[in-house]
Amino acid sequence: MSDITKQSLTDLVENIKNKKLSSSEVTKAFIERSEKSKVLNAFITEDFTSALDKAKKFDQKPNLDLKLPGIPMAVKDLFCTKNVKTTAGSKILNNFVPTYESTITENIWSEGAILLGKLNCDEFAMGSSNETSFFGNVQNPIDKNLVPGGSSGGSASAVAGQLTPITIGTDTGGSIRQPASFTGTVGLKPTYGSCSRYGIVAFASSLDQAGPMAQNVKDCALLQEVISSFDSKDSTSIDFKRSHYSKELTNDIKGKKIGIPKEYRVDGMPKEIETLWQKGIEYVRDCGAEIINISLPHTSYALPTYYIVAPAEASSNLARYDGVKYGYRASGDNLIDMYEKTRSEGFGAEVQRRIMIGTYVLSSGYYDAYYLKAQKVRRLIKNDFDEAYKKVDAILTPSTPSSAFKIGEKTNDPVSMYLNDIFTVPVNLAGLPGISIPAGHDAKGYPLGLQIIGKAFDEQNILNIAFAMEEKINFKNKISDWWIK
Amino acid sequence: MSKKSREFLINRRDNQYEVVIGLEVHAQVLSESKLFSSSATKFGAEPNTQVSLVDAAFPGMLPVINEFCVKQAIKTGIGLNAKINKRSVFDRKNYFYADLPQGYQISQFKDPIVGEGKVILDLPDGQKEVGIERLHLEQDAGKSVHDLDPQNTFVDLNRSGVALMEIVSKPDLRSPDEVSIYIKKLRSIMRYLGTCDGNMQEGSLRADVNVSVREKGSKEFGTRCEIKNVNSIKFMQMAIEYEANRQVDLIEEGKTIDQETRLFDTKKNETRSMRSKEDAHDYRYFPDPDLLPLEVSDEFVNKLKNEIPELPDDKKKRFINEFKLSAYEATILVSDIEIAKYFEEVVAKMGKNKDMKLAVNWITGELFAVLNSKNLEITQSPVSAKNLAILVNLIKNGTISGKIAKTVFELMLKNDEDPQKIVEEKGLKQQSDPKALEELIDKIINNNREKAIEYKQGKEKLFGFFVGQAMKASGGKANPQLINEILKKKL
Repeated sequence: MSDITKQSLTDLVENIKNKKLSSSEVTKAFIERSEKSKVLNAFITEDFTSALDKAKKFDQKPNLDLKLPGIPMAVKDLFCTKNVKTTAGSKILNNFVPTYESTITENIWSEGAILLGKLNCDEFAMGSSNETSFFGNVQNPIDKNLVPGGSSGGSASAVAGQLTPITIGTDTGGSIRQPASFTGTVGLKPTYGSCSRYGIVAFASSLDQAGPMAQNVKDCALLQEVISSFDSKDSTSIDFKRSHYSKELTNDIKGKKIGIPKEYRVDGMPKEIETLWQKGIEYVRDCGAEIINISLPHTSYALPTYYIVAPAEASSNLARYDGVKYGYRASGDNLIDMYEKTRSEGFGAEVQRRIMIGTYVLSSGYYDAYYLKAQKVRRLIKNDFDEAYKKVDAILTPSTPSSAFKIGEKTNDPVSMYLNDIFTVPVNLAGLPGISIPAGHDAKGYPLGLQIIGKAFDEQNILNIAFAMEEKINFKNKISDWWIK
Repeated sequence: MSKKSREFLINRRDNQYEVVIGLEVHAQVLSESKLFSSSATKFGAEPNTQVSLVDAAFPGMLPVINEFCVKQAIKTGIGLNAKINKRSVFDRKNYFYADLPQGYQISQFKDPIVGEGKVILDLPDGQKEVGIERLHLEQDAGKSVHDLDPQNTFVDLNRSGVALMEIVSKPDLRSPDEVSIYIKKLRSIMRYLGTCDGNMQEGSLRADVNVSVREKGSKEFGTRCEIKNVNSIKFMQMAIEYEANRQVDLIEEGKTIDQETRLFDTKKNETRSMRSKEDAHDYRYFPDPDLLPLEVSDEFVNKLKNEIPELPDDKKKRFINEFKLSAYEATILVSDIEIAKYFEEVVAKMGKNKDMKLAVNWITGELFAVLNSKNLEITQSPVSAKNLAILVNLIKNGTISGKIAKTVFELMLKNDEDPQKIVEEKGLKQQSDPKALEELIDKIINNNREKAIEYKQGKEKLFGFFVGQAMKASGGKANPQLINEILKKKL
């Protein structure tokens, strides 16, 4: 089979289960394509030799009852993987090899999947274009010199470029959904507490949530089923009844009430986005769902709130990277000097910027005005959603205010970069699940995504709506393999 | 300087100053594992052998609250007659130090698990109530070792993450002696509860001491200085005495006292400035997003209330009522749970016809003297409660005299031998047969006729001579009471 890498996860699982394909064949195919795709710079660490060994081992004694039998998979380099270097896209962890495995990757391997390597991302997941990575920017398979989005840019690029059949990213303010939107792929940010944070390099603890990134909704549902579990090692993990997302996936969304929030019609929103959103509304209506106009009055405060809460938590979470115990250490004349040099040399500019913002907003004298106020606004944003969900089952919005932009286009304008997250950030602040699905192209032929936001723990519902819409939209990603000579 | 029990006053010229003290006691929670990880907490283990990935703050590691430590804190709160807060919050206290792997300490800042309470101090001239401001749970840091290498500092993370209770008193203490009594009382309560072993040598109990002075009679508080991390009662007392005098001197010289953090130098016996208020850390406290607010139900608290043993204050009342002890005796016996246990065991073993006074005297007298001289805890007592009870009963029922009992007690120290057996084997039984004693006394009077006449003529002092002779003749075993009676009759 020559086009193994074009197959969806669901097909690959099917073919391995039917013994039409072996794990080795599949693994080899993705490795070969990855070898030809170095230009994308999607990988920070390749683990190909070990992956082939594991595939061979799997084929010798295949357990076909598993959900991901012998499926090769690369993961974002924010997940700690035992004995495989984990950098979080940062120089400060460039030499860090964990002795432990994150709960989510553990879940994945125990369902039969095989690690291909670690995928590029913005440094400590801080960025919307994958340009803050110490390991260089990532190319979007859609077009040359186009950002894949961020922070899960390597993950999005690898899925869209067919270097991995599926992957996982993390989403603190849109880091799964925005790159999914930029690359024509599907990305789900689950409810806060659905997927364990144990073993994931922390950015902002109250917002971070890992989730699947896939070529289609069904694949996405299958991976969500594997990664979502209650974990006593994460105090914010929630013990709720998780459904069999892939088995219970249905395109029957008749009678579902879909909310359209008027506040998401932001000033200066490109016409193309407006049109896409309108088309999306028609699709769900065609599926038999009911459209209801709603209001989420505090939406405009979400971005400033996010850019207080997230840096505040990050400034504290990143304090542990001090050169004392592991990771990069610069030499210094004394302890303070060593700290200053290690952190100045080890962290990139964007990470330093956010540590500074976070330190500032938590300082005594400013705490009440910034952090405390932001927490109050966060509560109001959550209340908005609670109110809305009294009337609707889900909410439909654009995923991003624009399509992918050129590499370097926004690096000198952090605020314009931050504006990328305007539609995704409220979902993290409210701890809700959100999924981005590809819904069309702009004039340049770049993909555009729509976001479906659900009630807490209602992943099944938004997956179903996404599944039904996917069928109607019939999106085809335009990948020309421009990077393969 | 005047040093009455409750007062510690400093006199300078015509001015008299009193000292105001508040304590922040750090008590290590008695628990086999740490506050947010399952690492062991044994004292004296090899460096860095009790460290988990969580304690060393590896990337992606998360804290999980140890329920046992929460129970210990609540129990301590109950022991301090304090309000248990059903909702408390863990905050991050951010600062950089080599032995603080996370770059922050998880502590409770705005919403501690235990609110206001009180502790009763037993002072020689009565009782005094000391207010408790709060008790909160927090992580200990690791240890920086500076003296192993001339170039480098080593870090031992065994203590990193160990659960501490910070118990903050109100500024209700007025003298070094009160501080000593307060610390001992806290320690006693926590040992009764089994929530802290109170071992100051091992660092399980240490305190930050806040000291200010003011003119006697003034209602305003003076500017306070905080003396950090003092780890013995003696040092606390020395530090307070030094610091109070230093502050008074400053006032007398017309200078102002700076609010600052100071260190106590135990070698030079002085406090030194560590950092001023301006240089104080900005800890950037905020709720730890890795931990949800801690919520406990009434049911949870009530269940713990039922597990609380009789505490020193109640035990003291009961000892006074039930055993008719004096307040002084009761205070001594309840001061340490093990002493109280020992005493109660003695009481139980003495049976029905018991002499409580005698038992108390033997425990606080002979036994304590032996323990002190051999530097032993009561749990290591060479004489078991059972055998001490037997000994007291032997005195009470006249089998041996108090004097003989001392000899027997000496012999018991070796192998905790049964005193009954010693008395029998060594033939130390008291001579209480009146007939035999009468014969003995007749003999003595016959042999000392002249002295007997002198006595009858009014030389009453000679009575002691006859008693002595009788005791001597009996080898010290004669019942002194009977000797007295018979002599009075015969002379």
